[in-house]
Amino acid sequence: MSEFIENQISPYFNFWIYVILMMIGLWAVIAKRNLIKKLIGLSIFQTAIILFYVSIGVKEGATIPILDHHGPAHHEETEEKADHGKPAPGHVAQNGAHHEHGETHDDPHHGGKHHAIDPDTMANPLPHVLMLTAIVVGVSTLGVALAISQMIYKEFGTLEEDEILEKLKTEPLHD
Amino acid sequence: MVTKLTATIAVLFTGGLLLYGVSDFPGFGDPHSPANAGVEGGGPSISQYFIEESYGDTKVPNLVTSVLADYRGYDTLFETVVIFAAGMAIFAILRVLEPGQPRPDELHESTRYSDGDHTRIIVGTTCRIIVPLAQLFALYVVAHGHHSPGGGFQGGVILGASFIMLAVAHDLPAALRRFPEKNYLGLACVGVLVYTAFGVACQLLDRNFLDYGVLEKVLFTDGPEMARSHSMLGVEIGVAFTVAAIMFAIYANLSSRGRLHGGL
Amino acid sequence: MILSFDIIILVFLVVAAIISLSVKDLLSASMIYGIYGFLICLLWAEMGAVDVAFTEAAVGAGVSALFLIATVFNTQRNSSD
Repeated sequence: MSEFIENQISPYFNFWIYVILMMIGLWAVIAKRNLIKKLIGLSIFQTAIILFYVSIGVKEGATIPILDHHGPAHHEETEEKADHGKPAPGHVAQNGAHHEHGETHDDPHHGGKHHAIDPDTMANPLPHVLMLTAIVVGVSTLGVALAISQMIYKEFGTLEEDEILEKLKTEPLHD
Repeated sequence: MVTKLTATIAVLFTGGLLLYGVSDFPGFGDPHSPANAGVEGGGPSISQYFIEESYGDTKVPNLVTSVLADYRGYDTLFETVVIFAAGMAIFAILRVLEPGQPRPDELHESTRYSDGDHTRIIVGTTCRIIVPLAQLFALYVVAHGHHSPGGGFQGGVILGASFIMLAVAHDLPAALRRFPEKNYLGLACVGVLVYTAFGVACQLLDRNFLDYGVLEKVLFTDGPEMARSHSMLGVEIGVAFTVAAIMFAIYANLSSRGRLHGGL
Repeated sequence: MILSFDIIILVFLVVAAIISLSVKDLLSASMIYGIYGFLICLLWAEMGAVDVAFTEAAVGAGVSALFLIATVFNTQRNSSD
């Protein structure tokens, strides 16, 4: 039973919830009558997509993608960092060590032993970068949509979709 | 009712298809999925290059900032432009004046002071204490984007939110007296121009747009890595200016429906 | 990557999304949307995406909910469904 949970359910449980969140957002955009509720549904859909993208980069047992100069990620450079009181020579030596690594290994396929940082221990930074852009652009478009809905309220006096359609049928838009 | 029924059927159908597609995914948290480690027999994943070589190329410990501002700097430039364009769009949509209404530039007297106003004394006092600390923290977040989570966007939003806090504590004309419309629109333009200037400076020195390594001659650093690190800081400052100004601009226009008096 | 934490927060997320869309008072819907944003920020911090969590806490839960509230104050307070 616990094998069934580990092999069938726990690798995919997160993705099922993301699909459910996306469908909640999509349903709200189609079915709700109030414009603000539609916008909230659109934002829920958007954050569910961003959640999905960021969870592509998750690695089990990995740490955050920020390098730590005094931690185990740089264990091969510790002999150069024996004296913390003089950071400048340490930096130059580290630079030299990195340049050596860069020149002797031209295909990064060769496992993690030759590089100081093992890619399996750090979370994948690329989805984070792309989704930072997505979040901020999302709030900008939410701002524009809210401005348009304020002008709709000023013009028609209501934010309910069916009442707006009634008013559009009976009175034509001036100018 | 028909709309809700159609919506339910469409959503169930789409959801079913997506759930069927989920069974093909690599498991959650798998370090050997194609996005994390590349495909067997194909190429490696580019994120392996970013994790292994990014410190050697740019000397910035925060991998997300180095990818955002240097390797993918072009995306970040146009994201800043999108934020600026959204601010301009809100300005254009809401700033429709009827004849006889006073122009928004001329209304800056605040009618509400929280000193004698007992209904706002808690909110007013708390905000007055927090606003300078929030601005200092925002500048810290921008400046330390290389070493800790943070960067231009986060710092810019916190800076914009500190001005919004001023507007919530007193009222909107009080915040507008400290950050008038000409100033915040000018600051937004300056932010985009600073980012573009870094890119054009690289072009003037005969390399590609946003190729920061060549700026080592201008910035007097030893080696192209430190030039890239310093250019990243400059570019993040530009982003922070634009984001802060536009967040306050969107709030000022949304809360007063473009007229810039009254408001929340 | 703690599975029980993930499950609890995800269930709360679905509940918050459904409630935010069901209440008739638009001001409450905006506040619950703010709660949704904070729960997502927590989830990302647990997944190791600290930059994204920082941005979502500032932008999604703070400024985005604030824009919704500002619009609700200028338009109508209640919705019909």
